[in-house]
Amino acid sequence: MAEEELIVKGLTGVDISLRIAGPGTRSYAFVTDWLLRTLLALGLLLTGAVLRLILALGGHRAPGNTVMIAAGILAIATYILYHPVVEVAMRGRTPGLRKAGARIVTLEGATPGTGALLIRNLFRLIDSLPVCYMVGLACCMLTKQRVRFGDMVAGTVLVVDEPDPVRSLGRLSAQMQRTALSLEALRLIHDLLDRWPSLEDARRTQLARALLAKIDPGFDPRRGETESGPALRARLETLLAGPGR
Amino acid sequence: MPAPDANAATWIRARAPQWQALATEATTAAQRPRATVDEALSTLRTYRVMAQHLASARELLPGSFLAAALENACATLHAAINRAPRLTGVRWLTLFRDDIPAAAASVRVLALWIAALLLASTFAGWWLISTYPELISLIASPRMIDGVERGHLWTYQVLDIAPPAMLSAQIFSNNVVVTLGAFCTGLLFGLGAFYMIALNGLMLGGLLAFTHQHGLALGLVKFTLAHGPVELSVMCLAAAAGTALGEAVIRPVLPSRVESLRRRAAELGPLLLGCALLLLGSGLIEGFLSPRVMVSIPVRLGVGLGYWTLMLLWLSGRLMPRAPRVTPAAHTPRPDPRAIDPGRREGRTP
Repeated sequence: MAEEELIVKGLTGVDISLRIAGPGTRSYAFVTDWLLRTLLALGLLLTGAVLRLILALGGHRAPGNTVMIAAGILAIATYILYHPVVEVAMRGRTPGLRKAGARIVTLEGATPGTGALLIRNLFRLIDSLPVCYMVGLACCMLTKQRVRFGDMVAGTVLVVDEPDPVRSLGRLSAQMQRTALSLEALRLIHDLLDRWPSLEDARRTQLARALLAKIDPGFDPRRGETESGPALRARLETLLAGPGR
Repeated sequence: MPAPDANAATWIRARAPQWQALATEATTAAQRPRATVDEALSTLRTYRVMAQHLASARELLPGSFLAAALENACATLHAAINRAPRLTGVRWLTLFRDDIPAAAASVRVLALWIAALLLASTFAGWWLISTYPELISLIASPRMIDGVERGHLWTYQVLDIAPPAMLSAQIFSNNVVVTLGAFCTGLLFGLGAFYMIALNGLMLGGLLAFTHQHGLALGLVKFTLAHGPVELSVMCLAAAAGTALGEAVIRPVLPSRVESLRRRAAELGPLLLGCALLLLGSGLIEGFLSPRVMVSIPVRLGVGLGYWTLMLLWLSGRLMPRAPRVTPAAHTPRPDPRAIDPGRREGRTP
């Protein structure tokens, strides 16, 4: 199935395409945030209980009760208001969304305003019905832009957030200035190095040898048979860094 | 003629030094909480250059690593440039002075219909329980029924044990949930809002009839006198806003129903903020003033009517009247276009 994209009209007439995050990413982000807010609320309650105990041991029972009530109110407020407050403060992101690699944007690709974020959160009342966000999830699966009711009403979409895209462009341009490698070769080296920890040793050394034989004129495939994985990795990194490094 | 690959390579080598600077500028722009005019113009210049490079990269290296990196950097800058402004003091003032009253005015007629529905369902509830008293078990809990039958109103019993601040918070959150529920369920073609209002009216009427049967109706009215008028009005307003959402789905004013719904929700959003604030006041009254037996009926009536009048003045825009806008047209007469370009007025080309 082709990935869904949100095509945004750029300010200069050059369109920008953003990858739409699917129900999986959405659910992963929600569960992460749910765990976080539950922990925060429990932490507040625990703090309240400890303070109450300390005050009770000191013979101050009445202030202890007040502290516990305040902690309870704070815990409930943290649990209920977590999403609207964090989304507004972090401009369309939450720790869960960040972990899932997604962010909220408007249909124009802009950072959503406070009003849109609040309306989006308000409609959780509908999306969470009857249990476990079933309405929201069904809506998300059935709509073209993978949105729940809240997003539909607020005009927002969840898109894939590239991890530090600007820095990756900076790093790429710096490497292109330093090395004589082609863009395709750079991409292959990056891909292999990114996947290095997840590949088996035999497989990654085989791939590294094949790649080096193709792009590095100074690499002798016969001698390379004896080189270990870390040595091959170091060779690839040296190629990326260029001759000046 | 050079091969396309050679073209791409030359193009990359020529522009790579620029990208690092552009990337740095983009990072700074995305993280900057606020910008001066010069900074904003510089960001726009960066965006323009980056968009040009993106278009070229798509042409020369479609689907490449570089095109993707440029696209992502462009998207980051696009989001930073199109960021909604922060809520400043002026924006808050506009919200309270103009946006909330405007949203309230747009649902005024619907609110009156919803109030009529509430009234009708209250009468229906009264009639139902007066005619079939055994049906009270559908509306009230056994504890409430027992209390009333023994001559005690549940309101004072519950309110006596919890501290007023805690009680206010609890009442406020309950009311906010009901109000927001009435708004959100309006999405279901307005039927959800009707249901919530009719249900609340039935309960209100039924409880009034039940307490009247046991000689406690005056006590209940006395209890609700201070906070009730605003609380019920806010509920009607929220339900009217929900109905307006449903109307936007049924009778869209824009090409698609979703667009129509989105616009209506954006217009009505501020009204909900106003409703929440009004409910905060109601919650405080209900938590601190309503449970006090010593407070007399005239005082409760005064507070209730006073707060309700304040609400009406605010929502009608009379509490904070808008300053008359001075337009240049008011001072300087517009020049007659014929005097400047008579040919244009006549439709002739020069």
